[in-house]
Amino acid sequence: MSGAEKIDVTVTEITPVNELVTRFKFERTDGGLLPTFSGGAHTVVEMKDGKTTRLNPYSLMSDPMDQSAYTISVRRDDEGRGGSLFMHQRVTVGDQMVISYPVNLFSLDLRAKKHLFLAGGIGITPFLSQIKQCERLGGSWELHYACRNEALGSYVDELTSKHPYEANVYYDDQDQTIELENLLNGQPIGTHVYVCGPKGMIDWVRSTAETLGWPSEAVHYEEFLAPQPGKPFEVKLAVSNKVIQVGEDESLLEAMERSGVDAPYLCRGGACGQCETRVIDYAGNFIHRDHWLEEEEHASGDKIMPCVSRFEGKTLVLDR
Amino acid sequence: MSKFEFPPSIKSRPVWGTLEPRAGMHHLMIADAEGAEALLDVATPELAARAHIIFIAKGTTFGDALRALNPAQYYEGPSYAAAASRIERVLQDAKMSTQVYLAGTEGLMGQAMRACTDAGIPHTAIQTEHRGSTARRMQCVHCKGITEEVEIDPFVCSHCGLNLFVRDHYSRRLAAYQGVCIDAEDPGNVPDSKGIYE
Repeated sequence: MSGAEKIDVTVTEITPVNELVTRFKFERTDGGLLPTFSGGAHTVVEMKDGKTTRLNPYSLMSDPMDQSAYTISVRRDDEGRGGSLFMHQRVTVGDQMVISYPVNLFSLDLRAKKHLFLAGGIGITPFLSQIKQCERLGGSWELHYACRNEALGSYVDELTSKHPYEANVYYDDQDQTIELENLLNGQPIGTHVYVCGPKGMIDWVRSTAETLGWPSEAVHYEEFLAPQPGKPFEVKLAVSNKVIQVGEDESLLEAMERSGVDAPYLCRGGACGQCETRVIDYAGNFIHRDHWLEEEEHASGDKIMPCVSRFEGKTLVLDR
Repeated sequence: MSKFEFPPSIKSRPVWGTLEPRAGMHHLMIADAEGAEALLDVATPELAARAHIIFIAKGTTFGDALRALNPAQYYEGPSYAAAASRIERVLQDAKMSTQVYLAGTEGLMGQAMRACTDAGIPHTAIQTEHRGSTARRMQCVHCKGITEEVEIDPFVCSHCGLNLFVRDHYSRRLAAYQGVCIDAEDPGNVPDSKGIYE
């Protein structure tokens, strides 16, 4: 079975945080301890919705050393494929669910002398566990957190009351913006910057850092992409000797799984590289959406990341 | 010609690059002797205006040409040891928007790189270019003493007097190659010394 090892859990608390965000608490169904993890890790939550099984990654926001429970925060996305709506509308306290072991694609670089966290909206969640880790290890950190408005500022009160000197909050509706250039330019040698938020914010931070001369090794980012719907297409899987149809609302990876093919995966969000698949033959156009492959690899037509990328055309043959 | 083509070697051996101008708010340039030529090649007027050049002349006369670049700050000193405290101080105050350029001998680049990585700069973000002498900074693995500017193999440890074989095994932490006793099992049976790359 592909993916990280699974854990059976029970939902023990559901707490609305604000109009869009709800927090879920999971404890092991067998009463045992959960594994510790490292700040920035995520878990993949299985959602059984009738015939459809969705596997969505969510950042763990609880204390990495707390083995009694994991918590995640889910932002409702009314436009998405329904994973967040399922969590918000269908999951109730006492439900049994399956989650994966923690996987970390956004860990702290512990060689850093200082950690600079930049969060946008729900992108705050990985930092909540990283901050707890920093507090435990005595690491120096600073947070700059941009939210739409006070009502949607998830965990702002908790952060600013516990960490009045480290946590800085900016509200869009009050025209407050992170003074990024000054902020990055003034950081002492040995600082690493971490950004999690909308794609525009990640691009802004990465390009500003590059222009200022920051080494790319000290710039970390996490953006989970949800698979986007698209036109249905047909794929031939050469190793499994199957021809499968990828539906409008499912990803190529999900279509392979539905057809009984055990394809590798980890993050399901175009970030980790596990599902990288070799293309044997194609006639048509790739719709690459991952940020794992390099631009040249996207252009080459040799590889595809089936968790988020799609295809439009006559023939696609994969080495799977 | 101050450039040297190093023969292929084991993975531990450092691979030096070619300096290129990079975006940055500050440029820290450290070179010794013929390394100045690499700085002169890379330092555009825009770079020089934001550059702090630290130059170990070692009897060369590149100082005037480097000064003529009009760097924001210029320092010239007789040895790395003499410049070390200045380099540490500069790194203490440096910001993440600083690009580092190292050029010259392996001993200079290795020691300056160690100072930079100790300060928290990822080693892969530091640019280097070898110029000039191919002499090595060697650590005796037996007494741990460092012998600078070793040009021959084998050589005699300047601390404990053992006959040492020059290895390509490099330590980033020590900024030195490893020298291992060549006649431990048959004392006195030491091959004639020759140039390291002969």
